[in-house]
Amino acid sequence: MSKQHIRATVNGDAVDFLCEPTTSLLNALRDELRLTGSKEGCGSGDCGACSVMLDDKLVCSCLVLAPEIDGRRVETIEGLAQDGQLHPLQRKFLEHGALQCGFCTPGVLVAAKALLERNVDPTEEETRYWLAGNLCRCTGYDKIIRAVLDTAAELRQERLPA
Amino acid sequence: MSYHSPTSVDQAVELLASRDDARPMSGGTDLLVQMRSGRLKPGAIVDIKGIDRAVGSRAQDGGFVIGAATPCTELLDDAALCAAWPGVVEAANLIGSVQVRNRATIGGNLCNASPAADSVPALIAAGARAVVAGPQGERIVAVEDLLAGPGWTTLGKGEFVLEFILPVREPGSADAYLRSIPRTEMDIAVVGAGINLSCDASGTITAARVALGAVAPTALLVPDAGAALIGSKLDEAALTAMGEAAKAACRPIDDKRGTIDYRIAMSAVYARRAAVIAYNRSRETL
Repeated sequence: MSKQHIRATVNGDAVDFLCEPTTSLLNALRDELRLTGSKEGCGSGDCGACSVMLDDKLVCSCLVLAPEIDGRRVETIEGLAQDGQLHPLQRKFLEHGALQCGFCTPGVLVAAKALLERNVDPTEEETRYWLAGNLCRCTGYDKIIRAVLDTAAELRQERLPA
Repeated sequence: MSYHSPTSVDQAVELLASRDDARPMSGGTDLLVQMRSGRLKPGAIVDIKGIDRAVGSRAQDGGFVIGAATPCTELLDDAALCAAWPGVVEAANLIGSVQVRNRATIGGNLCNASPAADSVPALIAAGARAVVAGPQGERIVAVEDLLAGPGWTTLGKGEFVLEFILPVREPGSADAYLRSIPRTEMDIAVVGAGINLSCDASGTITAARVALGAVAPTALLVPDAGAALIGSKLDEAALTAMGEAAKAACRPIDDKRGTIDYRIAMSAVYARRAAVIAYNRSRETL
């Protein structure tokens, strides 16, 4: 089996690596690029712990083959904080205690960011449906939803004219 | 295993025909899961997303053409398609989560051939035809004729579904799809019902197609159920007759999601509800 040479942009950085054609994007991120923030919960697209953005689309990285990202753009949880500053979602998750074991949190944050980029004023129902593909076995979701809605409220405030 | 990303139909056909264990891939949301579980061990994966015709939707000859490898969520961005075929678009967007729908496609949903596939009854009700590319060139097949059984299609060696053709829409026509699931999201249909109908200015139904999912080894077109609606204004008698025809067509299994009796009973319930939605939508287009 010959390895394939992949060139892509991950969190704004040009990367290139060799991988087997059957390697998932998730395994390439974790094992080749050492970006271990994205987690494997189920490996079948049910849990969302491996959520990343691929060319601005929210996807499960376990359901993408690494060769598919050649020439494309990937954003992971490692790209959320900028210049040492937590993303507002990360800050609100800490404030609300919206995590316990933390395994689902990277995927939830990436998915929630994708939601707020589309819609900065989602209803609770829209938020719950959007995050239906991110399973959390600890918190019961309530604090996650509150943290996302509170982040949205803060982002809307920032957009008000001074 | 090797991974290929051809940019032309001919390249894809050649790759698929070159070995028995080559598999086409569009979104990969079923294929990669089956590979991981060991159920499938393809020797070559032929990713068809690089073929222009396989992605995107476009108006053509008064109807629509949808590339078989178009992600389900991208159908939502085509306002004209959503207006003409809301049932097809809503069925495709009941599948899985946002993450899954950003990858999953109606071509893959059809060819994975799950009896419970959500988009398939909607496509059958719509009278959708598939453009199949293969070593002998292209052929056009009714979607219901591609289904052979759970996990099986009638596609031959080297063939893959390239596009879907949705027919010309007349005023007074609309479709709808509903499914029964135990949860509110992220589940697999216990029963699915797709309805497509046309009515005249007086509200009398002039044409109707009813298709059911998850109640037989393949999604079913139920001609008797459609016929029961024609000539009516969707009165109680017509709905009852349609429901009885739907139930008579069911050949379901018992499993953890639903019993045989429950699936049969629910087929009438969901067909009725979908018919009401399709009928109300059709009246809005007059």
